[in-house]
Amino acid sequence: MRFLRIAWLVLRKDVAIELRSYEILSTTLFFAVACVAIFSFAFVREGQAPVDAAAGILWIAIAFSGTLALGRTFERERYGETLKALLLAPAPRPAIYLGKLLGIVALLFATEVIVVPMVAFLFSAPFFSRPGLLVALLGLGTIGYAAVGTLFAAMLVRARTRDVMLPILLYPITIPVIIAGVRGTSALLASPVDEPVAMLWIGLLSFFDVVFVTLSLWTFEPLMTE
Amino acid sequence: MVMRKLFVPMLVITAAMFAYSPIAIANAPYESTMRLVQKIFYYHFPAWMALTVSVTVCTVASAVYLFKGNARADRIAAAAAEITVIFGLFGLVSGSLWGRKAWGVWWQWDARLTMAFLLELIFFGYILVRNYGGPGAEKLAAAMGIFGGATAPFVYKSVDWWRTVHPKTSVMTTLGETSPQMWYVVWFCTFTILLFMGLLLAARIRLEEQRATLDRLYLEAED
Repeated sequence: MRFLRIAWLVLRKDVAIELRSYEILSTTLFFAVACVAIFSFAFVREGQAPVDAAAGILWIAIAFSGTLALGRTFERERYGETLKALLLAPAPRPAIYLGKLLGIVALLFATEVIVVPMVAFLFSAPFFSRPGLLVALLGLGTIGYAAVGTLFAAMLVRARTRDVMLPILLYPITIPVIIAGVRGTSALLASPVDEPVAMLWIGLLSFFDVVFVTLSLWTFEPLMTE
Repeated sequence: MVMRKLFVPMLVITAAMFAYSPIAIANAPYESTMRLVQKIFYYHFPAWMALTVSVTVCTVASAVYLFKGNARADRIAAAAAEITVIFGLFGLVSGSLWGRKAWGVWWQWDARLTMAFLLELIFFGYILVRNYGGPGAEKLAAAMGIFGGATAPFVYKSVDWWRTVHPKTSVMTTLGETSPQMWYVVWFCTFTILLFMGLLLAARIRLEEQRATLDRLYLEAED
């Protein structure tokens, strides 16, 4: 109970700080929109994009803007030297990790609420034909991505080269999640909707989530100890 | 100490086995459809087996280093990660050459190839982090090693889960019945390459250890 309470307090702290300025949310959102625009230039021919390009564009926008959000969230902690204070607090480290993870996930969900309809609108992609499956894919994919991202961004706070290192560490490890997200989402775009394939990828995403979250909770404590 | 005494005899044995392996491969029967092209399998499969072993070593050593703070485990992990990259590269190149002849393309974005490519990227990332991560990079690298090890089973099982062009893992388990001569040659080559990998690992760990000793001596001399 205490564990969840601490995670909740860390989350509430992050949300409260963000609500004061909307700094990370607005920059992340802007970056995601810019990503979508750049990819539309790459794929659109004669006013039309390939049918399943929307799935790839959506997930790349989420992954790239996610890196930005992760970097900024922990940069804020580093600047105020508050991460050190958090780690000094008599709280279990995994609870702190969980709180930070929920904060990042909330931030990414907020971005997706805008970006997904935008991609659907711009590429006339029928994302919402199966809302349940779409939510499952986005939710599980975001959690898997953020689980690894939060761990690596947290431990990079002390590294001098953190800006370069975050993508180097994060992308290779989270590509399986991105692949599952993209393939699952493009199954939703097929007509008729390819439900068995979407379910297969949802299953795989849940599996990735369990593995990544467990590993992160397990390694957060020794990784954050000097 | 034991390793240092055994190193030269083992090196001689491995070299002899390597010298014999082309003869054994030449004597193995032709595969019915791919004929001569299939012979690359006798080095392709062993390379990935060596990679499996070195990934396992790297993951376990990374975890030991992270939880016990054992500096020796860190050196073993670093050595294993480099060897993983080398054998991964060898496996990718040999697979690409084989694919060119068997499938008609150098590269196919199928599940096994994609995942193998990813694994290679992860361990390449490990080396980058170690070299350019600055102080404390060992821990970052250890996390990379553990997560890399966690994705390795996906690479192995990917061909069974998704329909792809790459042969399934069941090819190896049934080979003993379908063609005993081929089976024998494959395992001979695998054993040779695993020995070679072990020797590389031992040499690389020794290099790391001597580097650590040198660093310590420098620090002592400065004081």
